[in-house]
Amino acid sequence: MSKFQFPESIRSRPVYGTLEPRPGKAHLMIADAEGAEALLDLAAQDASIFRAAHIIYIPKATGETYVDRLKALEPAQFYVGPTYEASVQRIRRVLSDAHMGLQVYLTGTEGLMGQAQNEAMTAGIPHSAIQTEHRGSVARRMQCVHCKGITEDVMTDPFVCSHCGLNLFVRDHYSRRLAAFQGVRVDAEDPGNVPEPVELYK
Amino acid sequence: MTIQFNEETFRDDYSFRNSDWAIKRFPFPFHEDSYMYSVNMEQHRGGPEGSVYEKRFDVDEHYVSEMRDRAIVLADDPLRCQSLPHMTLAGWDTLELIMVSKSEDYPDLFELHRDGNRWRWINKPMGIDHTFTFLDETTLPCGPLEYITRQAQGDYAVLDQRNDMLYMDAGMITTQADWSLDFDIGMDFFEWHAPVPLAHEMGIFKRALKFLLNIQQGAPARRLNWTMTVNPLLDTSPENYHKWGVQKTTLTPENIGSKQHLRVELQTFYRLPRSNALLFPIRCYLIAFQDIVSIPKWGRRLHRVIRDLPEELATYKGFIDNRPMMLDYLSQYDDGLPTSPGVWPDLDTEPPLQK
Repeated sequence: MSKFQFPESIRSRPVYGTLEPRPGKAHLMIADAEGAEALLDLAAQDASIFRAAHIIYIPKATGETYVDRLKALEPAQFYVGPTYEASVQRIRRVLSDAHMGLQVYLTGTEGLMGQAQNEAMTAGIPHSAIQTEHRGSVARRMQCVHCKGITEDVMTDPFVCSHCGLNLFVRDHYSRRLAAFQGVRVDAEDPGNVPEPVELYK
Repeated sequence: MTIQFNEETFRDDYSFRNSDWAIKRFPFPFHEDSYMYSVNMEQHRGGPEGSVYEKRFDVDEHYVSEMRDRAIVLADDPLRCQSLPHMTLAGWDTLELIMVSKSEDYPDLFELHRDGNRWRWINKPMGIDHTFTFLDETTLPCGPLEYITRQAQGDYAVLDQRNDMLYMDAGMITTQADWSLDFDIGMDFFEWHAPVPLAHEMGIFKRALKFLLNIQQGAPARRLNWTMTVNPLLDTSPENYHKWGVQKTTLTPENIGSKQHLRVELQTFYRLPRSNALLFPIRCYLIAFQDIVSIPKWGRRLHRVIRDLPEELATYKGFIDNRPMMLDYLSQYDDGLPTSPGVWPDLDTEPPLQK
């Protein structure tokens, strides 16, 4: 099972729901990795919405595991991309064409949902109208508050900023605009005293 | 009175000092011998003559040096001043409010001459004499919010109001108590306060939001907030925390009186006329422990407040590790005598230290 129940946290930390089919003229579904399972569950509830669906899927480490099953849902458009970055121009293009009645479904890792939600918000869709469901890795997309660099797929606390090399602790404070959590130097008050990294939520 | 502007720094050699005048008018934040969160709002309609509450935007002896420090911060990190695209009008509202207030409240320092939209602004302490067209950005060297807040002490958050909510959509933030505008911009009121412990559970933010949403034009409000800072460092930003955090470990029993500072924010709230945004100036005042204890009532009270503060608050405010040393120092100035109610120094009526 790829679902993880995040413990209750502070008010800026996103909370995710469970995707449900909603009436709409078009359905944009953006997923990565195990997010495919949420789309399959969605289809089990109402396969008909996929006739007007555009699936943008980034398999990441799951490779071919889900690709054929998603294809079998017969979405109107189906795109498999190697990375989120590679797909983002396509996402922007699709959103720029969006009309009233578009439903947006985001599922998979927090980094994928956060970034895609940001694109949808930029296109004028309020974040509260966008459905999200977390599946798969609990890795986080982190911004270093010092150098501003983003480190993707952070699995431990603390971690090393992939840009400036500082040891950062993982906060729950989250910026929708940056689609990232905040990382702050862990040994600022005692340089060199870096705690042993612990896997997130272990 | 004519203000003598100090030549001083808030970094490196830390030559910042408060004169006797500045010490006596310091906005001491504790009205009793203990502290807990509260909404603690009151109308911002002046205050005792000479106090920091008297004018709409207080100007003091640190003005010129604080503005120099802000320019250094902005040169290092332009992201400290940002404005989302829909906030430009609120920037002009802010410029107007500050220029009008300062020229009326300090006519010997600031002048504003308006001929329709053709405005001439004179800032004597900073040597500025500039004519521009109100609401025409091309006539200013930068955006209106940045332009005027490079000339006004304190941080400025500009909050957009929609859907019965406030959003942090613009700001000039260079003297902050460890929060990042660049990270928080665009957040709603509850989101940007998310890291604050206890206060959410106490319903503080819900009540505060309700109050703020209802602030009307011409009826500004104010409150105080406080924290602790080692060295008179204005820029205690998270951006630079990897550089200044280590300064907290430099306190010793010998230097604590001069190095440890109480940091007080005079927060005010103004409804802006055209944009309906809420301007939230956060003015930072710093005072060394050795200057606080020169006021007997404040010395007694600060000791009691710091001693009895809940651990979560001392942790959140970042001085839990230094609290024992602070208490060793402050206890010398607490003789156990009762203190008079209210924040004022009451030098004429409170007894001198009895030990």
